[in-house]
Amino acid sequence: MIQHTNTSRRLDLTFAALSDPTRRAILARLARGEKTVSELAAPFNVTMPAITKHLKVMERAGLVERGQTAQWRPCRLKPKPLGEAVDWIDRYREIWETNFARLDTLLEELQAPAQNAAARSRKKAKGKVRKKQKGGGS
Amino acid sequence: MTTNPHLLRMKRQGDKELLIVRAFNAPMGLVFDAYTQPRLLKRWLLGPPGWTMVQCEVDLKVGGSYRYVLQDPQGNNMGWGGKFLEVDEPNRYVHTELFDQDWTGGETTITIEFVEVDGVTTVTQTVVYSSGEAREMALKTPMEDGMAESLNNLDAVLSEELP
Repeated sequence: MIQHTNTSRRLDLTFAALSDPTRRAILARLARGEKTVSELAAPFNVTMPAITKHLKVMERAGLVERGQTAQWRPCRLKPKPLGEAVDWIDRYREIWETNFARLDTLLEELQAPAQNAAARSRKKAKGKVRKKQKGGGS
Repeated sequence: MTTNPHLLRMKRQGDKELLIVRAFNAPMGLVFDAYTQPRLLKRWLLGPPGWTMVQCEVDLKVGGSYRYVLQDPQGNNMGWGGKFLEVDEPNRYVHTELFDQDWTGGETTITIEFVEVDGVTTVTQTVVYSSGEAREMALKTPMEDGMAESLNNLDAVLSEELP
């Protein structure tokens, strides 16, 4: 349960960081490779300090990390928390697909003996029909 | 059985409903049993691969309750349950549902209907969430729409979560 609480807290941070359209756009651009702050700021109608502020929120959420060595400190995506959030979002449909695939197998198994029995009884019935056919049955 | 017409379909309906439709190659009575009998439920309602069902109790009658607990490979439990509001075997049943770690934004009410045509049973699960935001929390677009796009669907949820 402690593990769950930590995950929840991490997800809270992740989701809060993702709640802003500019931050989501930044992430989408970082998904294509690391970028400097000025590269990130270019397509947006915001100042560099504003982008830096957004980056700090995302760094706190563990979504983004910045290089320590180079002077321009390139930003890159840290995939894990984002993966966790996306997994969490996708889980609902995925779980049902997995469940239903198992249910298909189960239903097939459950019907296997019944189908054999049905086949046997159809055979028997056919035999009867054949005998009856002399009498004009279909 | 050569083709698979049994693709899972999910769609939003109205303000706070979700439709889940899936067809199975089996008579409705059998599918109804698979949905309501613990010995059968334990074999498919397991969530992600590697998970097991450690608790499965079903008292299938109006006012009766059910309780399921799944366990992941690390030993974490995910439990949920509710009450049956309507039972019309093998056509339909209605029940409430609430997860212990409430990720559906409160209790949902689920109607499950079984319709058989030519030995193929179509199951329609109608989930009514407590609100549209709660529904969005449970339903989202798949990854192929792009990460940013898929995350947009969280907006409704997020706007509630934020300080």
